[in-house]
Amino acid sequence: MAYFNLAAAFFVLVSMALMLGRLLLGPTLYDRILAVNSFGTKTVLFLCVFCFVIDRPDGVDIALLYALMNFIATIAVLKFFRYRALDVSLAKSHITQSDEER
Amino acid sequence: MLIQLVSSVSESATAGTPVSMADILHVLFSAFSILSILAGLFFVLGGTLGVLRLPDFFTRLHAAGMTDTLGAELIILGLVIQAGFSQMSLKLLFVAFFLLITSPTATHAVAAAAYQAGLQPLLGRYRAPEPGEETKQ
Repeated sequence: MAYFNLAAAFFVLVSMALMLGRLLLGPTLYDRILAVNSFGTKTVLFLCVFCFVIDRPDGVDIALLYALMNFIATIAVLKFFRYRALDVSLAKSHITQSDEER
Repeated sequence: MLIQLVSSVSESATAGTPVSMADILHVLFSAFSILSILAGLFFVLGGTLGVLRLPDFFTRLHAAGMTDTLGAELIILGLVIQAGFSQMSLKLLFVAFFLLITSPTATHAVAAAAYQAGLQPLLGRYRAPEPGEETKQ
């Protein structure tokens, strides 16, 4: 079973490497953000599978942390490239106000 | 751990062949775990190929968003079956739960941001580019 998990971890790594291709090629910004988000999800999967391979349960904690951090990072990067600042409130009034400014 | 529990139950119940019962369950759980992880790997690799190959941002988003969620859930389900009834499987279920919530939300946020920024989807019938031709997008 350990060898099967090792093979599964290897294929998740292959998938991560292919996703790096889209990250480098991606013609638009959103392609790159999508690739980073998907890469993060695959990192979580790799950590979960790999801590079964080396038989240490610590990796799952890191995977849990990384899953939440990845989501927040995606939202933060999207917000930064929308407003060019991170201290803008995401309330409805601010969105309509900045739409009027455009 | 679950296997030990079931084998002890069957030992007290029949006192006949508890070891073979545990063996059968072990093989069954392993087979189900392997099938689940293989299906998850199929979805993850397929989604990655889709992100690499599809022509448009929104189609790439479709490939990444659907398959990553399902593939991650299937792989973690297989690992939970391997871990049995333990603290580790509880943590893995937490990971699966948060991925199930955050992954579609992030996909939706990326799609909404791209659409609001004015990125137009490719419409109409898709024509594959000729070998020497420059691809749009």
